[in-house]
Amino acid sequence: MARAFTPKVVTANALLEGDAIWFTETNEWTRDIGQAELITDEAHGDIRLLEAKANQAIVAGVYLADAKSGPNGPETVHFREDFRTRGPSNYAHGKQEA
Amino acid sequence: MYIYNDFDEQFVRNRVAQFRDQVDRRIDGSLTEDEFKPLRLMNGLYLQLHAYMLRVAVPYGTLNSAQMDKLAYIADRWDKGYGHFTTRQNIQYNWPELRDVPDMLSALADVGMHAIQTSGNTIRNVTADHFAGAAADEIEDPRPTAELLRQWSTDHPEFQFLPRKFKIAVTGAKADRAVTRAHDIGLRMVRNDVGEAGYEVIVGGGLGRTPMVGKVLRTFLPKPDLLPYCEAIVSVYNLLGRRDNKYKARIKITVHENGLDKIQELVESRFAQIRPIFAGVDQHLLSQIEQSFAAPAFTVNATDGYEAARLANPAFRSWTDTNLSEHKANGYAVVSISIKKHGATPGDATSDQMRVMASLARKYGHDELRISHEQNVILPHVHKSDLLAIYAELRVADLATANIGLISDIIACPGMDYCALATARSIPVAQEIAMRFDALKLEHEVGPLKIKISGCINACGHHHVGHIGILGLDRAGVENYQITLGGDGTETTTIGERAGPGFGANDIVPAIERLVIGYLNLRDNADETFLAAYRRLGAEPFVAILYPEKAAKNAA
Repeated sequence: MARAFTPKVVTANALLEGDAIWFTETNEWTRDIGQAELITDEAHGDIRLLEAKANQAIVAGVYLADAKSGPNGPETVHFREDFRTRGPSNYAHGKQEA
Repeated sequence: MYIYNDFDEQFVRNRVAQFRDQVDRRIDGSLTEDEFKPLRLMNGLYLQLHAYMLRVAVPYGTLNSAQMDKLAYIADRWDKGYGHFTTRQNIQYNWPELRDVPDMLSALADVGMHAIQTSGNTIRNVTADHFAGAAADEIEDPRPTAELLRQWSTDHPEFQFLPRKFKIAVTGAKADRAVTRAHDIGLRMVRNDVGEAGYEVIVGGGLGRTPMVGKVLRTFLPKPDLLPYCEAIVSVYNLLGRRDNKYKARIKITVHENGLDKIQELVESRFAQIRPIFAGVDQHLLSQIEQSFAAPAFTVNATDGYEAARLANPAFRSWTDTNLSEHKANGYAVVSISIKKHGATPGDATSDQMRVMASLARKYGHDELRISHEQNVILPHVHKSDLLAIYAELRVADLATANIGLISDIIACPGMDYCALATARSIPVAQEIAMRFDALKLEHEVGPLKIKISGCINACGHHHVGHIGILGLDRAGVENYQITLGGDGTETTTIGERAGPGFGANDIVPAIERLVIGYLNLRDNADETFLAAYRRLGAEPFVAILYPEKAAKNAA
């Protein structure tokens, strides 16, 4: 039996800065995961991944990452994705710098 | 040291121009990411978790002050004011923007540096003993050999698409400070029965997923045979290496699966075939290269002031006790500058610190600096009469930590704080261990101890050859740290043994503390190092300390 689909967000890195970004319902890219589209259907996820990949002139490395619903929009599930929303732990660089 | 000739200069400039064009075409949408990725990797540009990362080669770890100053300039101009020195003797910038990278490469070319072949399935930056040309136990300076290999391997048309990456390390000394037995090819300079210098050729070493100690392919290779013999090895590997499975593609697996005898037979046969083609141009080149690595003019000076300062200043004495190594010239010392201040990120130096180190090299160090695979910076040629002045300047720059070879002199890869391949973080673990033992004031009592931390199985942090190795993994979505014991990266290379189940992020530092304090109780005397005690006693008592509950259960 196939594993049950868990919710996802489409994420990538911005082409110029390399910063982590997420794909929104309105086909924009945001630096705040809370603004991302939470995908709860596998087939829809496949389509959104393809649509996101069509933006390759401005993004790189598009993939689907596990996410869950939170009070302020989608949240990360795995620590790797969590680090991508903040930056490294040794300096206040990256998103946490702002 | 070697200075680029017109050919090198033009080659590097051309590559910068090509890459500038490729970046432009990526940004204007003419190139897809799939098309661009191999091009950027050829030039050392990775895409990491939060940003791009540019990996710049420091050939065999040697820099002059102008190069170090330029690295500082690049850090300020296009990055966040610091750089990270790696276990491959390279420097990595963690925050470059894509549009700026061609300018960064152009700035590097101004001082004879580049990022070529710092990624991809090619022959990577050739590494060497960081005390090369200075060590008291050296047969010959290994850097001319490393430079010859660099020139031969750079853009070598046959070896641009190897089954997997390929790393060569060279040492000219008896003590192996270049981890030669954990490289695809390790070269140890040796002398034969009639006193001629040559190489012991080691093949198929490596860490990573399947750690293996390299095997001796030739006990003595005459110097003039170096390039054809290395070419024969890589050529055999290029055809035989497995391209069907990335995890079995390194030469260590090729050697393991085919057996040393078969590899030897194939290499010798290929060598016989290509040896006549090397008509001596390489040896002519080598003799030119050797001239550029001529030893500096060492001066003769009194060292009384140094001895007096040692007696008068305990902090200075402590620093000289831990951070100096024996130099081949009378009155000289090799200075290791620790960039491992307790709580700092191992291997990171700010642009200001880089400029201080460059200035010290210019003033007191015959304009030479080295990057060690242990992520420190070396002033290889310092007269002892200058040490007090150097120490004073290092203190002001926060670079005078007296911990070389001690528990806080930890190797740590960037781990999941930066690296896209990582499965857990390494930097915070290194920071916490260093802080903890600094607070306990036990570091000097514990003595020589190498802790090495990798944030994934690829082992950039050399955890397999740490006396204590720590490997960060992802266990069901949580960071988990496995401990290996008894590893050794020197001439007595040993792969560490896994101690048992891993520890959670909150438990790993207490586990290390327990282990090290337990060692103090186990050792025969204060001179018996952790590694020596481990070798004497075996894993059992150390494992019992790490897992007290299990030990209690077994005893019951």
